[in-house]
Amino acid sequence: MDVSELQSMAKQERDRQKPHRILCCTAAGCLSSGAAKVKARLEEEVNIAGLTQAAEVCSVGCLRFCGHGPLVAVVPDGLLYEQVTPENALSIITALQGKATEAILTDPHHPFLTHQMPIVLENSGKINPERIEEYIAVGGYQSLHQALLEMTPADVVTEISRSGLRGRGGGGYPTGLKWATVAKMPTGQKYVVCNADEGDPGAFMDRSVLESDPHRVLEGMAIAGYAIGAHHGFIYVRAEYPLAIQHLQTAIHQAKHYGLLGSQIFDSPFDFKIDIRIGAGAFVCGEETALIHSIEGGRGTPRPRPPYPAEAGLWQCPTLINNVETFANIVPIIRQGADWYASIGTEKSKGTKVFALTGKVNHAGLIEVPMGTTVRQIVEVMGGGVPDGGTVKSVQTGGPSGGCIPAAELDTPVDYESLLKLGTMMGSGGMIVMDDQTNMVQIAQFYMDFCRSESCGKCIPCRAGTVQLHQLLSKFVNREATLADLEHLEALCHMVQNTSLCGLGISAPNPVLSTLRYFRQEYLDLIDQGQKSLHQPRVELGR
Amino acid sequence: MSVRTLTIDGVDVAIAADQTILQAARSAGIPIPTLCHLDGVSEVAACRLCLVEITGMQKLVPACVTRVAEGMEVQTQTPKLQDYRRMVVELLFSEGNHVCAICVANGNCDLQDAAIEVGMDHTRFPYQFPDRPVDISHPQFGMDHNRCILCTRCVRVCDEIEGAHVWDVAQRGANCYIVSGMNQPWGAVSACTSCGKCVDACPTGAIFRKGETTGEKERDRAKLNFLVTAREKKEWTR
Amino acid sequence: MDKIKLATVWLAGCSGCHMSFLDLDEWLIELVQWAEIVYSPVGSDRKDYPENVDVCLVEGGVANEDNKTMILNVRQRSKILISFGDCAVTANVPGMRNMLEGSEPVLRRGYSELADNTAQVPDEPGIVPRLLDQVLPVHQVVAVDIFMPGCPPSADRIKATIEPLFRGDRPQMVGRDMIKFG
Repeated sequence: MDVSELQSMAKQERDRQKPHRILCCTAAGCLSSGAAKVKARLEEEVNIAGLTQAAEVCSVGCLRFCGHGPLVAVVPDGLLYEQVTPENALSIITALQGKATEAILTDPHHPFLTHQMPIVLENSGKINPERIEEYIAVGGYQSLHQALLEMTPADVVTEISRSGLRGRGGGGYPTGLKWATVAKMPTGQKYVVCNADEGDPGAFMDRSVLESDPHRVLEGMAIAGYAIGAHHGFIYVRAEYPLAIQHLQTAIHQAKHYGLLGSQIFDSPFDFKIDIRIGAGAFVCGEETALIHSIEGGRGTPRPRPPYPAEAGLWQCPTLINNVETFANIVPIIRQGADWYASIGTEKSKGTKVFALTGKVNHAGLIEVPMGTTVRQIVEVMGGGVPDGGTVKSVQTGGPSGGCIPAAELDTPVDYESLLKLGTMMGSGGMIVMDDQTNMVQIAQFYMDFCRSESCGKCIPCRAGTVQLHQLLSKFVNREATLADLEHLEALCHMVQNTSLCGLGISAPNPVLSTLRYFRQEYLDLIDQGQKSLHQPRVELGR
Repeated sequence: MSVRTLTIDGVDVAIAADQTILQAARSAGIPIPTLCHLDGVSEVAACRLCLVEITGMQKLVPACVTRVAEGMEVQTQTPKLQDYRRMVVELLFSEGNHVCAICVANGNCDLQDAAIEVGMDHTRFPYQFPDRPVDISHPQFGMDHNRCILCTRCVRVCDEIEGAHVWDVAQRGANCYIVSGMNQPWGAVSACTSCGKCVDACPTGAIFRKGETTGEKERDRAKLNFLVTAREKKEWTR
Repeated sequence: MDKIKLATVWLAGCSGCHMSFLDLDEWLIELVQWAEIVYSPVGSDRKDYPENVDVCLVEGGVANEDNKTMILNVRQRSKILISFGDCAVTANVPGMRNMLEGSEPVLRRGYSELADNTAQVPDEPGIVPRLLDQVLPVHQVVAVDIFMPGCPPSADRIKATIEPLFRGDRPQMVGRDMIKFG
């Protein structure tokens, strides 16, 4: 394939597309609320109405407004229907002929939609993720072509560095620096790994990207491979994401078919292949060294760093590991340039961030906003605040490794440094809203339970410390705790944080420390009530 | 051979550049407690007892896998480290069923010694009393999971020195346990050569010789070192 | 100067710690110059635990209702409470029944399943104290001031622990001689 073939393929596809496209979200969220039946019914109604020349029904990826699914969009009419049922599907079709519709139309000026800035999600909900032609029709694989034929590997690394992109897996390590490190390692076997082991409770950003636009991740990985001198990539995706896996498999197959993966891509000397490795459900495998062990066929346990994977990763070879969203940012950076990308966001956090907004919020779903957007903007303006007149108590970010943002800090801009200052972290993008009915100690207990059962068991502070922390928190929840327990809880949190081997253990106490920081009174209240309600003498810890 | 000089607890130490902080400390006679470390097999840095402080670094680093560097200032006994080490040992005692009084390794146990070294007169954490099995299916040896601290010395010694890889770790978190073969009874694992290196490597009384009773376990750690030296330096006499 | 009021208490343990106490031999004679033994299964006929005890050595874990009542009493009436031996410090051998999770399976195993004849779980409220679900180390029930591990602690360790108390000092519970378990 060369660039003219790519362009003619794009044109063919655009010509093939019908004047009206009825886009049904068939990503996991809408599928679970009955999107497959809606889509079948829509197709049937298009046939019955004899509109097969004027309209087509397509499967697309996430349309963002997940809490209101199943969602159906009609382009170019610019309509978005929510909570569509097979019963009112007919009226979506008749509306094409100018009749009034019974289906629920979403306000196109809804702040949830208008405040978004789709870069990572630019194709999400617009193209059929299972048809490479549609990806190519919106400019797909042109960035890879540009990188391979118009740029040197060093140019690509420079471009990514200049863009200011930072790792979207949570840590925020500068992506360009990571690429440059691997690129500088001596020539030889190197690997590119895409971390798609998204495991934080309440997070579904990476799943949505993979389900909605898998080719952009493949293209981003291929560009990375070219930049660092690797010819083999792995996508490590969790088994709990069957639809994402299926779309990836289809995408890899199609890309290979058209020569966009494989040997001599675009007739250049560059070869790149991508294999999928499916995780077996261990949260710790999202940690890069555990992920490497898992791909190698071993038990998913972390090892101490250094050496970092950039130096000695998969089978001891230099390995670049980025997460799904990071790779999904590569294509637009190459296409529109580092300066453009660096103009979005804040001084130190560039570009956009995708969040999975969930919890006690009116409008749950997937949002992509520029870095620096305030938490209040996301939760109250876009998310519409807490249902039934409740108030926001706290917003949890960073999953079991993160912490809580209290209501008083909702005006904090979302960027790596500001969130760290609050004692939480950007994390991969889960954002869970909690209302004033939420018991924060129970939240801490929930996350500790998660960490306890997801600990790999290798190092003692994490393996045994999380068990003891969970027991201590349960004492609070059961109102059996004493002041000594509170001291003990804090001491053990610091010990686990400072002595654990990998990020899972190091960050496991964060939800406790964060709730202690902002909601200490709730812990104290549980002690007081406990001491009043208990008739038995207290169990004291030794001095 | 290039040499690095560093200070450990204020003592100047000079040592080959490829050595670890642990090796440097031991060469200078400075004690750093360890449990998962075993001379001659690979390091896993899992027990966290050997964590030390390095001036200018925020994170504590495991001495067993951290290479020495020129001018490094290492502290091995700060109050914070002592505090954490004691908690590590307390956590170990509270997660298993370590009843020294009836153990074959009583008086000859690295865990017991570690408790003394870190000054543990009791554990502040509630004992978990897990229900763990004992495997005495092997004709010569036994495996008492109650006494296991999951240091994986047996796993490494069997894999790396004996080459049999009888042992590995199964499950996650607090449910982890050492498996023999494909999760078979030890006696049914045909790969086991009955060499007994795991008995010598085990820091506690978890792996023992049948017939040994309380306090009778003896180890031949020198045998493991001899084998490593023999392989590396071709010195086959002991 | 008044003599120190010394008590020793025997909860769920084998009495080995008390035997070791008797191994103090001739030092016991010196001991009574410093201390008055106000309550002890091996040194006093008194049945009720007295008030205002200065130092109490507690052998054994807390395994039944009687143990629990006793230890609460001891804590209330004693200034310095010493966990005396591994059973008091760790629950030790009595604690090995905790793996069966609850008193009922323990009694069933001991009195029914393993019985040769006349299998019957003892149940005489007021005479046979009820077992607690778990045998607990003393410090999980009440605050403990000094921990003296050992199964049993040697006579030398006992002496080194209590002798400083007679002089108003605290013992140094460090090193193999003082805190080795088992």
